[in-house]
Amino acid sequence: MKKKIVFKEKYISYLIIVVMFAAAVVMIRTGTASRKLQSWLVPICINIILAVSLNLTVGFLGELTLGHAGFMSVGAYAGCIFSQAVQNVMPAAVRFPLAILVGGLSAALFSVIIGVPVLRLKGDYLAIVTLAFGEIVKSIIINLNITGGAAGLRGTPQDSNYIWAFALTLVTVVVITNLTESGQGRAIKAIRDNRIAAEASGIDVTYYRLMAFVIAAFFAGVAGVLYGHNYSITSAGTFDYNKSIEILVLVVLGGLGSIRGSIIAATLLYILPEVLRDLQDYRMIIYSVVLILIMIINSSEQFSSVKELLDIRKAFRKLFSEKQKGEALNDQE
Amino acid sequence: MIRNNDVKMVPLPSNAIVPERDVDKPPVLSVHQLGIDFGGLTAVDNFNFIMGRTEIGGLIGPNGAGKTTVFNLLTNVYQPTRGTILLDGVNTSGKSVSQVSRMGIARTFQNIRLFDRMSVIDNVKIGLHNRYDSNLLSSVLHTPGYFRHEKQADEKAMELLSFFDMQDYAQHDAGSLPYGAQRRIEIVRALATEPKVLLLDEPAAGMNPSETEELAENIRRIRDTFGIAIVLIEHDMNLVMGVCEGIAVLNYGRIIAKGTPDEIKSNPDVIEAYLGKQEDR
Repeated sequence: MKKKIVFKEKYISYLIIVVMFAAAVVMIRTGTASRKLQSWLVPICINIILAVSLNLTVGFLGELTLGHAGFMSVGAYAGCIFSQAVQNVMPAAVRFPLAILVGGLSAALFSVIIGVPVLRLKGDYLAIVTLAFGEIVKSIIINLNITGGAAGLRGTPQDSNYIWAFALTLVTVVVITNLTESGQGRAIKAIRDNRIAAEASGIDVTYYRLMAFVIAAFFAGVAGVLYGHNYSITSAGTFDYNKSIEILVLVVLGGLGSIRGSIIAATLLYILPEVLRDLQDYRMIIYSVVLILIMIINSSEQFSSVKELLDIRKAFRKLFSEKQKGEALNDQE
Repeated sequence: MIRNNDVKMVPLPSNAIVPERDVDKPPVLSVHQLGIDFGGLTAVDNFNFIMGRTEIGGLIGPNGAGKTTVFNLLTNVYQPTRGTILLDGVNTSGKSVSQVSRMGIARTFQNIRLFDRMSVIDNVKIGLHNRYDSNLLSSVLHTPGYFRHEKQADEKAMELLSFFDMQDYAQHDAGSLPYGAQRRIEIVRALATEPKVLLLDEPAAGMNPSETEELAENIRRIRDTFGIAIVLIEHDMNLVMGVCEGIAVLNYGRIIAKGTPDEIKSNPDVIEAYLGKQEDR
């Protein structure tokens, strides 16, 4: 019974992304999408990839990490430097997927290097060390020549577009959803629920923690490559501590361990400050008030009944069972 | 089927005693001179222990005697300061907790440790993890091989759950179940790892007499069905005396008596450890 629900939930996540993509295509083709709206598409996808991948470590593995922006920046710079190097050798259609791989793998490599020592730490310590990692990466990038230093990296070909962005978002969501329902995902969730029992049941805790950590970092790197190829300048300042917290907010708001929640939160929380841009000084005040309100409402008991009303699946089931009842009555007549 | 409640214990060449039926086979667990110090405190010392392949053994003793410490040593949660543990003839020293589990020692915990937010069947499938798991790539791609593995694991898990008639609970969250059911799931999860030795840490804690009765029956049924050795730590003397074939009594980290239930009941050292020294009047 529950199995079916899991399946449906998963397809709803996929559906959201496909519908968003379809809407984007239709609006762009018909010319109804404003320039501003078009410019939102890639950043929204980047937000979704970041939130869904961080959810793997924070929501499913249950470890608070604050260095997601660090992995994103590693991916962004690796991907951008690669693209600049091969700019004249390869066409964009070959260059960009390779850049994605280079960025993702570099971020994954860094996560192995820092993960092996750091994943021995638990809880708060892990959070602090990953936070420090993000800051160290930022400082290194500012001080290197190859990364353009504090001025930022210019001249990256702007290969990313909304089609690539949506495709990569879908890949991220599919991979992470499939992972979390598989045996590996079960092991990861078991470590979250009870580390000692997982170990005693034969689960190699270090291996699975590292696995979740590395996969999350890979997709953060992918998001970074998308980011780097979407703007003309990539500057290290973008990937600071605030960015990591911002991603964490998306995950917590969408619900720990809920991929669909992460997708929705990542989309809405990108749009909200953009829409409020006209209000200038009041923008961040309204943004934070809305955040606080959503958090309070989301955790309150009363709201869960409202949420149930909004639950599409339940509504469908209700409709269906009433229909069946009606048919049964007809049969009796 | 091994069903023999009034078993005869006979000595092995190594001077330990095991049930008569296990005498021809090498012991499944043999612990020699085991000891651990925490700083200056010796928690367990000079612990010698042999388990026959299908023996039900008991480890009893007053609170703080070091019983759970022994379990933690056997499962390598603690690395022993001295001594050796041979599981089926293989030394477990230096192995990690998960490796020891894979070698064939499974356990339950004094305070239940389930994966609360996972379903009952997923809890059991964690125990099956090392046998039915597909690789990362096929998991991520959901290949036919992945579905085949999942199906096998599902079937095996249901089969194990049916041992306790718990198939109907399969999709419930483990944390939402009543206490007795949680204890049973913990045992099923431990059995799923296909152990050679099952360690039960106070399985009857918090149970009423009729539930304890059922537990005793279940412990025998596990031994008979799976043909494994079981060690239990327990304070409920009716259970221990009723179900165990050999008993070791621990006090202040040392074994003060070993023998059959009848021998233990009449041992003056044991009575002293539990009730204090009787004064001469």
